[in-house]
Amino acid sequence: MRRSRRAFLALTVAGALVATSACSKDSGGSNEPKVDKVEVMSWWVGPGEADGLNAMIALLKTQHPEITFENSGVAGGAGTNAKAQLATRLAANNPPDSYQRHAGQEIATDIKNGDVEDLTYLYQRNGWNTLFPKGLIDTITSNGKIYSVPVNIHRSNLMWFIPKTLTDLGIAAPPKTWDEFLVQAAAIKAKGKTAISIGPAWTQKHLLENVLLGELGVDKYTGLWNGKTDWTGADVTAALQKYTKIISYSDIASAGADWQPAMDRVIEGAAVYNVMGDWAAAYLKGDKKLTYKDGWNVVNSPGTDGVYNFLSDSFTLPVGAPHKAAAEIWLTLCGSKEGQDAFNPLKGSIPARTDADKSKYTGYLATALTDWTNPSTKVVGSLTHGVVANDAWNAEIDTALGLFVKNGDAAAFGTAVKTSYEKNK
Amino acid sequence: MTTRTATGPVRIESRWARPLQVGRYLLLFAFACFFLMPVYVLVVTALKDPVQVSVSRMWELPQSLSLNGFREVWPKLRPGLVNSVLLAVPVSIISSVLGAANGFVLSKWRFPGADIVFPLILFGMFIPYQAILIPMVRTMRDLGMQGGLDGLILVHVIYGLPITTLIFRSYFAGISDELIDAAKVDGAGMLRTLAYVALPIAPPAFAVAMIWQFTSSWNDFLFGVMLTSKENWPVTVALNNIAGGQQVPFHEVMASGLLACLPTLLVYVVLGRFFMRGLMAGALKG
Amino acid sequence: MRQIRQWGPGLLLVAPSLIVLGIFVYGFMGWTANLSFTSARGRNLTGDYVGFDNYRELADERGVTGQRFGIDTQNVLIFTAVFVAGSLIAGLVMALLLDRGVRGESFFRSVFIFPMAISFIAIAIVWRWLLSNGTGTQLTGLNKLFSASGLGFLANDWFKSDSGWAIAAVALPAGWALSGYVMALFLAGIRGVPDDLREAARVDGAREPQVLWHVVRPMLLPVTMSALVILAHISLKTFDLIYAMDLKSLKIDTPALFMWFTTFEGGFYGRGAAIAMLLLAGVAVVIIPYIWYSVRAERRS
Repeated sequence: MRRSRRAFLALTVAGALVATSACSKDSGGSNEPKVDKVEVMSWWVGPGEADGLNAMIALLKTQHPEITFENSGVAGGAGTNAKAQLATRLAANNPPDSYQRHAGQEIATDIKNGDVEDLTYLYQRNGWNTLFPKGLIDTITSNGKIYSVPVNIHRSNLMWFIPKTLTDLGIAAPPKTWDEFLVQAAAIKAKGKTAISIGPAWTQKHLLENVLLGELGVDKYTGLWNGKTDWTGADVTAALQKYTKIISYSDIASAGADWQPAMDRVIEGAAVYNVMGDWAAAYLKGDKKLTYKDGWNVVNSPGTDGVYNFLSDSFTLPVGAPHKAAAEIWLTLCGSKEGQDAFNPLKGSIPARTDADKSKYTGYLATALTDWTNPSTKVVGSLTHGVVANDAWNAEIDTALGLFVKNGDAAAFGTAVKTSYEKNK
Repeated sequence: MTTRTATGPVRIESRWARPLQVGRYLLLFAFACFFLMPVYVLVVTALKDPVQVSVSRMWELPQSLSLNGFREVWPKLRPGLVNSVLLAVPVSIISSVLGAANGFVLSKWRFPGADIVFPLILFGMFIPYQAILIPMVRTMRDLGMQGGLDGLILVHVIYGLPITTLIFRSYFAGISDELIDAAKVDGAGMLRTLAYVALPIAPPAFAVAMIWQFTSSWNDFLFGVMLTSKENWPVTVALNNIAGGQQVPFHEVMASGLLACLPTLLVYVVLGRFFMRGLMAGALKG
Repeated sequence: MRQIRQWGPGLLLVAPSLIVLGIFVYGFMGWTANLSFTSARGRNLTGDYVGFDNYRELADERGVTGQRFGIDTQNVLIFTAVFVAGSLIAGLVMALLLDRGVRGESFFRSVFIFPMAISFIAIAIVWRWLLSNGTGTQLTGLNKLFSASGLGFLANDWFKSDSGWAIAAVALPAGWALSGYVMALFLAGIRGVPDDLREAARVDGAREPQVLWHVVRPMLLPVTMSALVILAHISLKTFDLIYAMDLKSLKIDTPALFMWFTTFEGGFYGRGAAIAMLLLAGVAVVIIPYIWYSVRAERRS
């Protein structure tokens, strides 16, 4: 008895000692600053996106073997965890060397706080001002300065469907306007199917922005984000009410857990349409092994022909980045033709540059690239994906939209969004 | 056993004994099925090919067994698993030792004001961690403990103190004062009494405290992602990264969910025998 | 002096814990409390003192912030009630079933306890599938099981329900994860009742249910209290689970999630801090009476 007590005590003490020595050993390596590394924070960790990032990392390695790339990617609901992690690190004055943000207003808060460096000199050095489309440059310019380097372009205003489902239901073509959609939706409902499938809150916001765009048109839609269009005006209220009507034909009551289960319902024929960004193409082609045009097809969401509702992932240079020189090399790679052409085909997006190697983009991506580089295409920015509203306003819109979806009060939603715009602009 | 009990109410019981027993087993199996049902979904989905993975077909068995899910996640999880072991083992040991010391003092070697100090310690269990994230990250950075596992261990030990103190205080409160008094009479000081009288009878309480701390530090995501740099990320961050991308490979998520809980299960199996005894002997009895 | 020599070492041994907890719990709480009275925005936490403005905004049902916080408060109360009561009842029933020795007890015990080992991220993903409320060809999860076994009337909308009780469905996975632990507590508590006490009651002619009610039940009060505290503190902090179940759905939104999004996505640090303080106040309402009760009970004995 006595001996076993001692043995136990000895074991505990020994354990504690081992533990302390183990953790003190750990502390050594991680805190020493290395001159030849670059720590990049992105939320690209999923299939496709991570492959694309790895391709860029490989490129960096061949061009600058002296730089170690530290990839601190954290995922979570369209970068939500990544955002929290980033916010905490910036608040604690401990920034990475470069971090990912959606191009546009999402960076506005960082600019206001003085968190990010002006990168105009990189644009001048590399001639990017003429190599990126003007619409994009305009969106990311703030007081004549540019603070981020866009890597890719995604499109938000797309409506996905399975041609066979349409044939089976006797629908000749997908709707051109939301009014047409509502007519189709009533017929689809009568046949016991869901007209449009939807997922969690952010996909509801994604649908909202494209309904607003389709109903209000390019100019009024753009005006929503700079105060020129009145959120409480009759036309906006009517568009919001239409959104409520559209939602009533959706499966929101049993919405999928994410955008993929929502897309699955379309694939399985339970639902007819889904409005989603063009990352869905990679899912349909890669995971579900369906062929473009025959197996699945996509059109511009109703009322948005000739409009490109874009979003873009971009990288920044935080103030106080520990390895600024290496970060500049990384950012230059992000903006380069080789970098973008290595990344985008794998990610399933198109390059932000206009001089990309077109042969690398096939299937849906070829169409997207043609539209994006077509000079007559009108470019607008996505709300859900950070282009047109700053973080504070966007978070307030989330709250208001949650209530709107619950109670259907379009006027109250308009007022709330307008009020929070005034407070947070 | 006296004859009175054999002839009294027991006879009534015996008439019902069989159906009761059957009912008891039926209920137990129903509970077991309920508890195993999500595991079934985890396992079959992890073994499916991505083409077959779909919510509406979750109950179906895989058409062909595919270990790809496991094969694909293993390299992503492995570094995290190693880090989590390096994290959870020291955390559970250190916080149990400290909890034992605190619990002993607060129950058997009291000082004036101990009754006020204990609730103050206990209250620490209840702070919402998100609320103290920013000052904590700042403090850890100022201490030069951000990035490595040591800082994460420290934080888990600190926030584990309330519950381990509670566990050991309740456990020691259950042992009679005579043992302690006898040691005092023998002239033993506090540390000697703790080491030779209290600790030797405390393995069950250690089991409870260590299981609790192992589980909570193993499954923590928030502190891990905020306080460590990539090479020291615990397994939950890897798990989150697999589960939270723009495209979620569900078969991989399920496979990694299974892999990530194996070490905790191992701890349960190893400490399980002591665990029940610890609970019985009064640890966690308030 | 002699007295100090007696209790001094004890205080000394506890002192390091007290100091770190003083900083990491009370210091940080103070920091957050201070922040909650400012209009701090953005990462530099620049802002002025605004008194109780943040709290007022949360209470004002005319604004969307107040409306959301109202829903959140209601949700967390429902969740806590259902989760705590459900886990206590399930745990107690399981403990009673196991109490008098069944074959394969350790198997059942392990099955009941092991969900605790699984991280909430994985739990949420499995359970959001199980609680899917699709109909027709989309019928799946628990609802499909119900309809296949003739219990179709049990099928419901779970956490997508419009009834305001949607959050109660999230108590199911939470209870699944923790009721095994409660079962272990109760089982230990029941077995901790000395056999001779139970035997004596039987000798006096008490039937088994009576023994349980009159002899075992009073002895279980402390166990129940500690199970209650553990469950309640997990409930108020439940974050990962809801976060991974359905992001930003107001049906299952809670103050902890609202705080997270408003702080880290919106940059409203002052408002986030105010929500955190209210959460803490909520916890205090539950925990202080418990501590008071247990300290008093101890003094008496």
